[in-house]
Amino acid sequence: MNKKSTQSTMLFPYVLWLALFVFAPLLLLIYQSLLNIDGQFTIENIVTYFTSATYITMTIQSFIFAGFITAVTLLVSYPAAYVLTRTEHKELWRMLLILPTWINILLKAYAFIGILSQSGPVNEFLETIGIGHQQILFTNFSFILVATYIELPFMMMPIMNAINEIDPSLIKASHDLGANEWETLRNIIIPLSMNGVRSGIQAVFIPSLSLFMLTRLIGGNRVITLGTAIEQHFLVTQNWGMGSTIGIVLVVLMFIVMKLTNNTPTRKRGGR
Amino acid sequence: MTETIVTFEKVRKEYDESTVLKEVSFQLEKGKFYTLLGPSGCGKTTILNLIAGFTEATVGNVLIDGKKVNEIPAHKRKVNTVFQDYALFPHMNVFDNVAFGLRMKKTPKAEIKTKVEEALGMVRLKEFANRSIVGMSGGQKQRVAIARALVNEPEVLLLDEPLSALDLKLRTDMQYELSELQKRLGITFLFVTHDQEEALAMSDEIFVMQDGAIVQKGTPNDIYDEPLNRYVAEFIGESNIVEGHMVSDYRVAFAGYEFDCIDGGIPSSETIDVIIRPEDLEITSADKGKFVAKVDTQLFRGVHYEIILYDQEGNEWMVHSTKKAKEGSTVGIDFDGASIHVMRKNESEADFYKRLDTYTEILEG
Repeated sequence: MNKKSTQSTMLFPYVLWLALFVFAPLLLLIYQSLLNIDGQFTIENIVTYFTSATYITMTIQSFIFAGFITAVTLLVSYPAAYVLTRTEHKELWRMLLILPTWINILLKAYAFIGILSQSGPVNEFLETIGIGHQQILFTNFSFILVATYIELPFMMMPIMNAINEIDPSLIKASHDLGANEWETLRNIIIPLSMNGVRSGIQAVFIPSLSLFMLTRLIGGNRVITLGTAIEQHFLVTQNWGMGSTIGIVLVVLMFIVMKLTNNTPTRKRGGR
Repeated sequence: MTETIVTFEKVRKEYDESTVLKEVSFQLEKGKFYTLLGPSGCGKTTILNLIAGFTEATVGNVLIDGKKVNEIPAHKRKVNTVFQDYALFPHMNVFDNVAFGLRMKKTPKAEIKTKVEEALGMVRLKEFANRSIVGMSGGQKQRVAIARALVNEPEVLLLDEPLSALDLKLRTDMQYELSELQKRLGITFLFVTHDQEEALAMSDEIFVMQDGAIVQKGTPNDIYDEPLNRYVAEFIGESNIVEGHMVSDYRVAFAGYEFDCIDGGIPSSETIDVIIRPEDLEITSADKGKFVAKVDTQLFRGVHYEIILYDQEGNEWMVHSTKKAKEGSTVGIDFDGASIHVMRKNESEADFYKRLDTYTEILEG
């Protein structure tokens, strides 16, 4: 067998996968979105989406929540990643970061229900110190807290990798030229780890747009994201056409976000 | 007159269990070009790191300008480094790389511009200011790295094998440029290399290092002509080293003959190493030479022929000659008694120079 035919044989599973699980569903999605609830061809779904205040508000709300979750994870992750790359047992810390991602998201969500509920340990603690019971579960706060917890490793890993890949002699050079730790962080490490930040934002922001399990279990359905809307249309209202339309909007949004974060910003003049 | 800029007082450096530097003491004078020469792992880069402030001495003191700097971090020392892999910041252009140090010092903008342009002019890269680092050649990056260090007007410039990544032609050019720059600016240069030619070409003084210790300090001429021992002799240039013994002062025996020499102060019949540089040997006819040897092989090296011969005792001799020899023929080898250099085994540097002073002066005077 020559090299070419070996290659195409090896490629076969991937092509099959692409066809079955990427292209076919996409085509189906587009087809479905062009059907109204009675099964007639129409573009009314897309028109409804862009004219209905409900959908527009929901889209904006999804963006705000996803943006907020991304911002919080980034604010927590960057300093933590920076510190962890300088510790002695980098590999151990990295392992501890990865571990929680092996546990099913549903299990983690249920664990948080227990922790944050009326009779949970957090409320018991608040009771003991005299603050008293608080409604924590089913609030925006708890939604963002749990979402951040779940997304954190996906932000931290690429940032840690990016910081790790910076040539140590660059940091030496920066100190040599009179920059202290803080100046080195700002002028050398942050600009050179922007790639990691970008992939982190992609890995967190896009999935956050369509979080629906958490909106229900932790957010108590007060937070409606695009993901929740899709689920409702498919399973509750049975309006598959509208569900598909929102799905397509979500896919387009993802591409826009990817495009925005992938573009290396034009080389800025360094320093101040 | 001459001011000391860097002093090492019995500096010892250990990493975990291993000692990389054993009680090293030396002084660097202002405005001189120093070279630390030795194979990789001999501790030369550790000395650089100790001066730059990237690592701390386990025992002993490092002084810069008379002040103890053991606890002073790198960014507060008036010392700059040119790194082996240049370590230029890839996200900045040439100008910003060079300006980095001045910006950290909060130098006014206008002054930064003048100084950076001046530094770039010094390394002949004036028109490259707005170029990105990424597409530059090794030689250009090297120049940017030098400008970036020099623009800060350091008291000492540390150079960590800066030429090792360049090709031969560029390396020779840079050697000229570096020593010229050093003379013009009057800044103390401490250059680290494992390349003896580089060391001989540029330095005012060479420190030859072995296993975390300085074996011999001296001018390039001193070290080339009067190496302390076999290690130094073999490290610096090509050499013929044979074993022999002292007959008396100024009389040495090797290769089956006795010869006059200029070394003394060694107990007679002590076994010693004799070194003669290949360019000091001359091939003549068998009856005219000081001893005879058989031509084994010869290589044409461009400037000279490198001829390998064996004497009757089986010692190998290398001769650099502009004249061709005939392979397999027996020839005489002639040389001047002054080109014989006798080295005692296990003699310390201090003893060596003391003996040299007393005995060579008598002969010369």
